[in-house]
Amino acid sequence: MDLPFTKHTLDNGLQVLVHEDHHVPVVGVNVWYHVGSKNERQSRTGFAHLFEHLMFEGSEHHNTGYFPPLQQAGAILNGSTNADRTNYWEVVPTSALDLALWMESDRMGYLLPALTPARFENQRDVVLNERRQNYENRPYGLAVMAVVAALYPPNHPYNWLTIGAADDIRAMQFEDVQAFFRTYYHPANASLALAGDIDTETAIRLAENYFSEIPAGPPPEPVRADASIGREIRLVLEDRVEMPRLYIGWHSPAMFAEGDAEMDLLSDLLANGKASRLYRTLVYERRIALDISASQGSRELGSFFLLVATAAPGNPLVDIAVAVDQELQRVMDEGPTKAEMERGEAQAEAQFLYRLQTVGGFGGKSDQLNAYNVFCGDPGYFNHDLARYKQATPESLRRAAKQWLHFDQRVVLSVVPRGQTAGALAGSEPVLVS
Amino acid sequence: MTRADRSRLPEVGPDPPFRFPEIVRHVLPNGLQVRTLEHRNVPVVTFVLQVWGGAGADPADRHGLSALTADMLDEGTGALNAIGISEALAQIGAEFDIDVAPDAVAVTLTTLTRFADEGAALLADMATRPSMRAEDFERLRQLRVNRLQQLRDVPQAVAERAFLRLLYGDHPYGHLSIGNESSLRAMTLEDVRQFHVRSFRPSGTTLVVVGAMSHAELRAVTERAFGSWPEPTGAMEPTEAASEIDAPLVPEARLAVVPRDGAQQSELRIGHLSTRRDTPDYAALLVLNAVLGGQFVSRVNLKLREEKGYTYGARTGFDWRRGVAPFVLQTSVHTAVTADAIQDALDEILSIRGTRPAGAREMMLAKATLTRGYSRNFETTQQVARSVAQLVLYDLPDSYFEEFVPRVEAVNADEVTRVAARYLDPPRLVTLIVGDHQAIAASLRSLPLGEPLVIAA
Repeated sequence: MDLPFTKHTLDNGLQVLVHEDHHVPVVGVNVWYHVGSKNERQSRTGFAHLFEHLMFEGSEHHNTGYFPPLQQAGAILNGSTNADRTNYWEVVPTSALDLALWMESDRMGYLLPALTPARFENQRDVVLNERRQNYENRPYGLAVMAVVAALYPPNHPYNWLTIGAADDIRAMQFEDVQAFFRTYYHPANASLALAGDIDTETAIRLAENYFSEIPAGPPPEPVRADASIGREIRLVLEDRVEMPRLYIGWHSPAMFAEGDAEMDLLSDLLANGKASRLYRTLVYERRIALDISASQGSRELGSFFLLVATAAPGNPLVDIAVAVDQELQRVMDEGPTKAEMERGEAQAEAQFLYRLQTVGGFGGKSDQLNAYNVFCGDPGYFNHDLARYKQATPESLRRAAKQWLHFDQRVVLSVVPRGQTAGALAGSEPVLVS
Repeated sequence: MTRADRSRLPEVGPDPPFRFPEIVRHVLPNGLQVRTLEHRNVPVVTFVLQVWGGAGADPADRHGLSALTADMLDEGTGALNAIGISEALAQIGAEFDIDVAPDAVAVTLTTLTRFADEGAALLADMATRPSMRAEDFERLRQLRVNRLQQLRDVPQAVAERAFLRLLYGDHPYGHLSIGNESSLRAMTLEDVRQFHVRSFRPSGTTLVVVGAMSHAELRAVTERAFGSWPEPTGAMEPTEAASEIDAPLVPEARLAVVPRDGAQQSELRIGHLSTRRDTPDYAALLVLNAVLGGQFVSRVNLKLREEKGYTYGARTGFDWRRGVAPFVLQTSVHTAVTADAIQDALDEILSIRGTRPAGAREMMLAKATLTRGYSRNFETTQQVARSVAQLVLYDLPDSYFEEFVPRVEAVNADEVTRVAARYLDPPRLVTLIVGDHQAIAASLRSLPLGEPLVIAA
């Protein structure tokens, strides 16, 4: 199992990664810009994501929308923004690789001449709709917003979600958009991965041909911010929901830092799938919860570990909270069993192998090469990444749990049906998010 | 430094002809239909076991029976309970899921080729010999009742459910696979057991196996796991398939509202019943849909999202099934623009039938979207296996995927206009809104759709 590649850096700083896979006559084209909502400032949120929308509206030499020529060539394409990065991808028939690189390079080098206030305002409306649809009008849609707002101080860029605050989105100025592009969207802050039915030499030649003319901008200042909480913060949020739900969030080790893989393994062991400890106790045996899940949200400046459980009707959230803490204590005291470790390792190995099946799109091989390149500075990190999971031990999991999952340093949010704040954990402060 | 030529877009060459891997058919002595395909990209194997039935086979007073039966499969088999099964799946790194569709149930398991035998055995145990314990049945039923309660707050789910009912009425396709609270409460373990025996039997069932192994090896794996699966004894009462039952032509209302007080967005569905998956006009309908609302640069999305900024996205589609399928336009729009968005959507459906037929550029774009780069749909073992299961589901020939591209390419603009006029029928369109009724009531009167039928969530 391996993800071999060739890396070539253009004079303007653009890093080009090529992986050959000739099973299917398509190429995954994938561009990462090392910018996300963590590059935003307090009260100016939602910028990185709104900008992603604008990248599909046209550029100087093709000023009529990004989709038609690529779709006409048989491409599928998309983009996404998170706290740490923004990615754009196309999966194209091999014969359309030239076209895809032309288009990607044109919007990297020549976006601003095509960007009009009208396009900006239209996409601002689209994003406000996206926000209403995916957050405001969705049950529990504002819960994670409330958790991160409590985990991080207001000036820490993980204090807000990538979608941003509605007021900030409305207040954005066209001039800010232009400045944002100049700061972050240039070759020295980008990584281009090509994976699929292409020979390496041709791929590099094409990348040189289309991207080398774009001038490098100054490397953006790295973002530094610290966050810690010295107590357990209890919050309650009323929402249009039928069942109360508990969210427990902790700070946890940064992406690829020591303990990050352990926290990921712990999330499965504790709460993901029927074989997990908390599913078994809370959903299967005691039936006090309807569902439970956990995740290690790995990010550059520091991650957060989140546990989520919905109460079964008639069961108070406090019963879930107590059971969760008992199980956490047990993991901290005794660590995982040998069988749990074996299952975790088998699942990790299989997941890494499944990831090698697609060349493009979210999570495909081109996306992985860029992730390793941008976050670790090493596109060849695939096997190191897997090794983190294989080398984890019951003791390293126990240690990670003990180091990070403190009962007195976390955010505990009760989401309750409107008018039922009595169903929240004792001592919860009302929280307002919108 | 050289500069790229940006005076025009680069030319794109032709796609290489698409080749689908060979499908080898086997019939095991018990009647199980096996399809094997070699796929040697990554050492992974996928099994798809597809049985007839699905939500369309739910008895009228037992909506949700098919889904609950499927849900029982991984609750226990032999010495393993639900936890034990989940652990066994994890030990072989397996991905497992069950899809309850209108006409069939597909159970899919993917694992590493070195665990092919373990994976097949586990799948066979679950599907053919589930424990069907009363305590598991009670727990799952309760979880589903609770899930239904939660879905009342999910606008998309509320819309799906109400819209199926509006279009199909009492027809077996007229409900969600999860069923409803009263039918779930009425269900007994005996219902589930009988339904399992009826659906999960070797004859008529298909097992598709795709992986990095030879046909002979793939066949041997399936024989070891499924060869001893007996056909149930005794005659089964044949039931009429949902696909053969007539669906209502005329909807109960043209405009309906499910009130959701204070909702920031209106969840919209606009559509009617259209035709069956086996229609000879299938390829032309796909092209029509791509022009109208089946892709980002389609008319509906460009109008509602890119021009008006009413929504994050809008699309149309045929929700295919063996029997008559719905044509649906779906979107979620800002409450304040609900009536305007509906009018724009209705106008797009109306105009493609003749006043504004698909243009040459739209035709080219729509066909390219459907045909070019077609091979990317078959990168993984799961993609290939699920595709072959679709062939069985819709009685399509094994050559279907290789014929798909030329078939779509042959569709012309006149045909698209013809099928638009034939299968899109504006007077029959039903518009459903899940949204803030008070806030939109006045504006709805501007629409030529009459008084809305108000439906409780």
